[in-house]
Amino acid sequence: MKHLSHKLIILLALAATGLAQPVFALTAADTLRQLEQSAKQTDPNFKGVSVQRGERLFKATHGAEWSCASCHTENPGASGKHAKTGKLIAPLAPAANAERFTRPDKVEKWFRRNCNDVLSRACTASEQGDVLAYLMTIKN
Amino acid sequence: MMRFSIQTIPFALVFLASGLTSVHAGEHVYSANNAKWKTECGACHLAYPPQLLPAASWRVMMTQLDKHFGADASLDAKTAAEISAFLEANAGRNKREATGKPSQRITGTRWFKQEHDEVPTRIWSSPAVKQPGNCAACHTQAERGDYSERSLRVPR
Repeated sequence: MKHLSHKLIILLALAATGLAQPVFALTAADTLRQLEQSAKQTDPNFKGVSVQRGERLFKATHGAEWSCASCHTENPGASGKHAKTGKLIAPLAPAANAERFTRPDKVEKWFRRNCNDVLSRACTASEQGDVLAYLMTIKN
Repeated sequence: MMRFSIQTIPFALVFLASGLTSVHAGEHVYSANNAKWKTECGACHLAYPPQLLPAASWRVMMTQLDKHFGADASLDAKTAAEISAFLEANAGRNKREATGKPSQRITGTRWFKQEHDEVPTRIWSSPAVKQPGNCAACHTQAERGDYSERSLRVPR
């Protein structure tokens, strides 16, 4: 408890001086806007993201063994578990985990890896936007 | 005579210290640490200590991260280079493991099998363990690099 209050004081001090700011470079909503912009640029037929398409993509398998839900579960607001190693995975929905989709390098890394595992190819910006739009509808 | 023994004290201390290090290694406590290794390797599984595989195995593994035990674990080049250097610098130096085709599977090494030869099959397949790579199921302090007998609790 003493340890915790120390941490809290440090966090508050950082926040007061504005140093806490660079920890999350973006909000999930910013990331979604960037994905939408990128989709517009790469696909002339792009007509906006779809929560329904995102949910379908998230929950279905696509020819490979795993779906997104295999590790993140059918409820992305809850903790998941790595399908192979069993390692705990923090919730994916931004409402349940404020760190999610705030760092462009991490967003790129995990979409690259996981789309390859689930769809055996890269996801388009439009598909990534669909999934994020769906995840942003999950209430904690 | 007196002067001689005073001069030998630092050497004696160094000798003692190196002795302690090897005692630790014998107790399976691994202290090598690198923040990127811990974060990146530890994202999907326990960050396995670099000492558990020879350098040649890590070298091969780090060039095939896009096909890592059936999953894409690819990293950007800069991060991969830092982690590779850390793994190779702290890799195991068991000469017998270093011969032949470099194995990427820690649980497939001769060393691992010998260390665990008294563990019955029912433990490996028990719900608490599920697979041999799940070190922390029995090595309760594995997350901290401590695989000593002291911290060992085999689930019933």
